[in-house]
Amino acid sequence: MTTEAADSTDAVGTVAPAADPGFLQRHGGTIEYVLIPGAALVGALAVFGIFVAMFGKNPLDLYFYMYYGAFGTWFSWQNTLTRAAPLILTALCTALPAQLGMVIIGGEGALLIGALSATSAALALQGMPPLVVQIAMVCAGVIGGGLWIMLAGGLRQYRGVNETISSLLLVYIALAILNHLVEGLMRDPASLNKPSTREIGAANMIGSIPGTDVHWGLVFGLVAAIASYILIYHTVFGFAARVAGGNIRAAKIVGLGVDKLILTVCFLAGGAAGLAGMVEVAAVQGRTNANLAAGYGFTGILVAFLARQNPLAIIPVAILLGGISASGGLLQRRLGLPDASVLVLQGIIFVFVLASDALYGRIGFLKGKS
Amino acid sequence: MADGSIGLWTVPLAVLGGAIRVSTPFLFVSLGECITERAGRINLGLEGTLVMGAMSAYGISYLTGSPWLGVLAAGITGALLGALHAGICSLPRVNDVAVGIALMLFGTGLAFYLGKPLIEPTAPRLPAVDFGWWSDIPQVQAALRINVLFLIGVALAPILYWAFRTTRWGLLIRTAGESADAARAMGHSVLLIRLRATMAGGFLAGIGGSFLSLFYPGSWNEGLSSGQGITAVALVIFARWDPLLCLWASLAFGGAAALGPALQSVGVTSGYHLFNAAPYILTLAIMIITCSPKRTLTGAPAELSITR
Repeated sequence: MTTEAADSTDAVGTVAPAADPGFLQRHGGTIEYVLIPGAALVGALAVFGIFVAMFGKNPLDLYFYMYYGAFGTWFSWQNTLTRAAPLILTALCTALPAQLGMVIIGGEGALLIGALSATSAALALQGMPPLVVQIAMVCAGVIGGGLWIMLAGGLRQYRGVNETISSLLLVYIALAILNHLVEGLMRDPASLNKPSTREIGAANMIGSIPGTDVHWGLVFGLVAAIASYILIYHTVFGFAARVAGGNIRAAKIVGLGVDKLILTVCFLAGGAAGLAGMVEVAAVQGRTNANLAAGYGFTGILVAFLARQNPLAIIPVAILLGGISASGGLLQRRLGLPDASVLVLQGIIFVFVLASDALYGRIGFLKGKS
Repeated sequence: MADGSIGLWTVPLAVLGGAIRVSTPFLFVSLGECITERAGRINLGLEGTLVMGAMSAYGISYLTGSPWLGVLAAGITGALLGALHAGICSLPRVNDVAVGIALMLFGTGLAFYLGKPLIEPTAPRLPAVDFGWWSDIPQVQAALRINVLFLIGVALAPILYWAFRTTRWGLLIRTAGESADAARAMGHSVLLIRLRATMAGGFLAGIGGSFLSLFYPGSWNEGLSSGQGITAVALVIFARWDPLLCLWASLAFGGAAALGPALQSVGVTSGYHLFNAAPYILTLAIMIITCSPKRTLTGAPAELSITR
């Protein structure tokens, strides 16, 4: 905690143009939203450095390799962006319902169901033109994932079941369904060691953005994030959602259809995560198997909280956390850290980000002079 | 009978044995969460606590040769994670559900990190008490090989029930959970009561974890707990915050969780994964049946954010 405080005061001199009080009054809130999560991030990195130092590793090496593995070379940038793509989409799965005051943490389940649906669509449409197959995969992934989270939303609205717990339970149920299908009905008999479905076919893969190794899933993510931002902050629907999130009783009194709002938002949220599953199948794995449960859904929760549930802020944060997970391999090879070190760092960041919630509105110089 | 083959009777027997074996972590986590939630706070991080408890119990048991020291270490680890949860939650404007999610990820990650060297070695396991000596059937004997931790858990449920009703501490915890203002008016620090309740909850959840690594399944690996912690949290809601109901619910869930392996042992292998998901499906089904959008649940502590 002390490191965090120190960091935020360090940043004061460099970031905030403190000379103009009017500027602070207008933008103090925005600066706060950048400064406080930034300070939490730096604090978390410092604690992780101490943690690693306890195991006899040099923290400076750690920071260097993390930077190098994430953003040091064109190759690592591409690796980072490839990992950021599903993170943007799974983060939306938490951020969209958060506008309504719901805490959904089941993005991983929607991702798995989306992947399964997209694979089924592709396998059913073998022989059709690739574009038709790809469009069908997108639709199937979005609908599959969307219905999955809509279930959690519906249970909350119509049965009063807590959506945080139900969405997490649905993750384990989704994983069981996936394992059941890839080891039974949908199993490719040729996949012996690692039960998988049949491949969707090389022609149906969505491929890379020209000139890079980054697949088109990144564009899907960017479009989804920007569209979500417009939806929430610049449409009547988004306004209604935020009203309902702020005060559900007021929303009902002014006649907003809260049931429909919740179901629609949950469908869109799950659809985003389902799209992430489709992207992982159609751009990375080429088939569905247990590899898909790689934790993108859980990291997405952290991305959403770090971005303060703002769809636009999710983009840079997802790239940052994509970078952290991209550097995991390098940390393993060069420093001999276990692969779980990325998980530890993510956990520390999460704890710091939540603790930093206490700081909003308390940093004296950002309040401006009244 | 003589050759020990009892045909399809294996399934109910294995479910009974499983109910006893598998329910122990459910029981400890749900009793722990019961204490925390009665004080008005929800700790979703017990999933992480469970895994950390399993890892530290296995490590300490391996290093010292004493599984009981491992159990103690697991409890202390859990209490520390509980203190971390309560510490962050006592800051202003911090949401306890979100902190729980963070600690779930943090605890799991930390356990995987520190537990890497523990996957290979074998640690001494907790002893079992044989209650099946009267029977010649090996399946019955296996089903009744009961761990002491289970017995402690079974004893703990009525003790907690009694403590909530009659002791000073039980009353304080319930006051903090029902009305923080009333507790404050009586001159007690709500944050301190909740800190202690969360630490006690974490202690029990850690012990639940030690059962996983030191008795059943009885080894440390990264797939040891998949959602048992969160299922137990949901189970407290189903049990209406009553320790005695937690005991029965844990037994039911243990039985459900044992169904998959039991069916597999008699050759029913199709749907193995679906049967393994039985506890989660059961939890969800029970929540759907018992919850209602129109009223808060009877017995719910009024200060609890998750039911408001």
